[in-house]
Amino acid sequence: MSTDSKNMNTTTENGLPTILPDLSAHQTEGDVDRLRLIENGQVIPAVIHEDINDEDIILEINKLNLWYGNAQALYDITFEVPRGKVTSLIGPSGCGKSTMLRCVNRINDLIDSVRIEGDMIIDGDSIFAPGVDVIELRKRMGMVFQKPNPFPMSIYENVVYPLRIDGVRDRAELDEVCERSLRGAALWDEVKDRLRESGLSLSGGQQQRLCIARAIASDPEMLLLDEPCSALDPVATAKIEELIQNLSGDYSILIVTHNMQQASRLSDYTAFMYLGNLIEFGPTYKIFSKPETKETEDYVTGRFG
Amino acid sequence: MSESSPTTGQGFSLRRGIEKVIDFTEPAVVGLIHLCGWSAIIFVMAIFFFVFKESLPAITGLEEGAVHGEVEQLDLVEFTTSPKWIPESAKKPTFGILALMVGTLSVTILSMVIAVPLGLGAAVYVSEFAKGKPREILKVLIELLAAIPSVVWGFIGLVVLNPMLVDMTGEPVGLNILNAGIVLALMSVPIIVSVSEDALRAVPDSFREAGIALGANRWEMVYKVLFPAAKNGLLAAVLLGIGRGIGETMAVLMCTGHSVMMPTSIFDPVRTLTATIAAELGEAVRGDMHYHTLFLIGVVLFVFAFIINLTADLIVKGIKVQGNE
Ligand SMILES: Nc1ncnc2c1ncn2[C@@H]1O[C@H](COP(=O)(O)OP(=O)(O)O)[C@@H](O)[C@H]1O
Ligand SMILES: [Mg+2]
Repeated sequence: MSTDSKNMNTTTENGLPTILPDLSAHQTEGDVDRLRLIENGQVIPAVIHEDINDEDIILEINKLNLWYGNAQALYDITFEVPRGKVTSLIGPSGCGKSTMLRCVNRINDLIDSVRIEGDMIIDGDSIFAPGVDVIELRKRMGMVFQKPNPFPMSIYENVVYPLRIDGVRDRAELDEVCERSLRGAALWDEVKDRLRESGLSLSGGQQQRLCIARAIASDPEMLLLDEPCSALDPVATAKIEELIQNLSGDYSILIVTHNMQQASRLSDYTAFMYLGNLIEFGPTYKIFSKPETKETEDYVTGRFG
Repeated sequence: MSESSPTTGQGFSLRRGIEKVIDFTEPAVVGLIHLCGWSAIIFVMAIFFFVFKESLPAITGLEEGAVHGEVEQLDLVEFTTSPKWIPESAKKPTFGILALMVGTLSVTILSMVIAVPLGLGAAVYVSEFAKGKPREILKVLIELLAAIPSVVWGFIGLVVLNPMLVDMTGEPVGLNILNAGIVLALMSVPIIVSVSEDALRAVPDSFREAGIALGANRWEMVYKVLFPAAKNGLLAAVLLGIGRGIGETMAVLMCTGHSVMMPTSIFDPVRTLTATIAAELGEAVRGDMHYHTLFLIGVVLFVFAFIINLTADLIVKGIKVQGNE
């Protein structure tokens, strides 16, 4: 999968011929404006760095297209997410990062207008094939949202919620999972004496770590984090970032962030998206220090977005 | 005032003119609004004082002696514990409202047993499962249900439900606790649905998404996330339903069978506090013990309604405080 071969397709999904200039070389800068082409509705093949070929892959995303009603939000997204690493999705607001993330555990299914083409494969299992057990699928991933959203229940019940819906009654097992998850989320020491108190009594940063504890309680393979720090103060943000780094390795983490520093500090791989298109995907240090496209460079250096 | 002021003299004077008019009308409008607010409070107080005043002689004793029998002062113990309500007896009138209270409570409780699951179920359906056209139609229908006058409900109980119950239960008459309970349930469903639907809608979508993302199915999400999150609103809905049940008069008058007795099953006829007042106040001799006692029943109903509304209010306040956190 060289970047050259990726750039050589000459027809789009709907069969319209597109005349695509050779976009692979960074040097052509000035001649082509990918962003302009995308704004005009063209589908631009992404630049994928070859480093990913050396990784163990947990999630393959295959020509994913998504529509909200008639409005297309994702265009032919194709890339692979490495196992046990942190992969970040960056891009200007509204470019489809959350939409992308919400495809992985199919909670976009809740929105009636959503239509999807293409597929994702997690560990060899299709996510969108007909007949997939969506509930089982969702239990294989934990999700953390932008705003901390603990349930209005005790800290304990929040954490063991995934086991409760599985009907687990065994006290010892629940206690064990509760402690393990809270320790995993670096919250145990702060709350171990107040597990019966409401999850809403915690501070924002603690609530977010509670949500992370809840997300890892059922021992998922992947963690999906949608701007988990954007509602938090810098101290709480630092704690969550440290936590994310400690969790990588055990979990494959896909994180959406609009904070460039965060992406570069935290992640091993970075995908840059623009208006529903994937522009460039590669190791984070390359994306931030020597990106192959001018657009990525402009974005990570803060020239637009 | 905060807008950038126009520079031309004409614009300036025009604005001043408008401001003058506003200066003049605003206090008047504010005064009117105050008046409306206070009049509502004054009316309620006036009604309460009137009812209370009219009931007082029953407790303190009649001024010019009894018209019927020898009762000149109500025995409060008898009033609250005797199941005998024989106000017009020439020999010995008895004013016991126990049977009436049991009547009111049994009909109300039965109606809630039916209406709460029905109302909550409908609210969950409307807020979580129905979508598009069917949802809108359902909401309109439920509001329409709330607009049916209670005498029409009573009529339905009398003419439709009555023979049906006779057929199904084999009882000689179908006017009983069951009939009134069903009718009252249908009457309180709309308010339960609309209040609890509001409560469910008020639960942020992030809770739903969190539940679904953790692998809950729709029902588990409703049961284990939405219900706990909306529990105050749902409780308020139920209490408002109960208030509706206790206060309802016309429909229960027509459907209960209206006979004073301590019921032993839901197929027994009963009589309620409200229906007793409605049926007897017109015939009671103004100023005698019967008349004043009916007002005392009114006070009892007031107390019931007050407790229920206060509880509902406090619970709803609880929701607001929680929402602000
Ligand atoms: N529920 C929805 N219904 C319709 N359009 C939506 C919905 N959610 C997002 N979109 C649209 O999809 C695009 C991508 O949104 P999103 O994935 O939230 O972007 P990001 O997370 O990158 O800011 C936006 O244009 C947005 O308006
Ligand atoms: Mg987003």
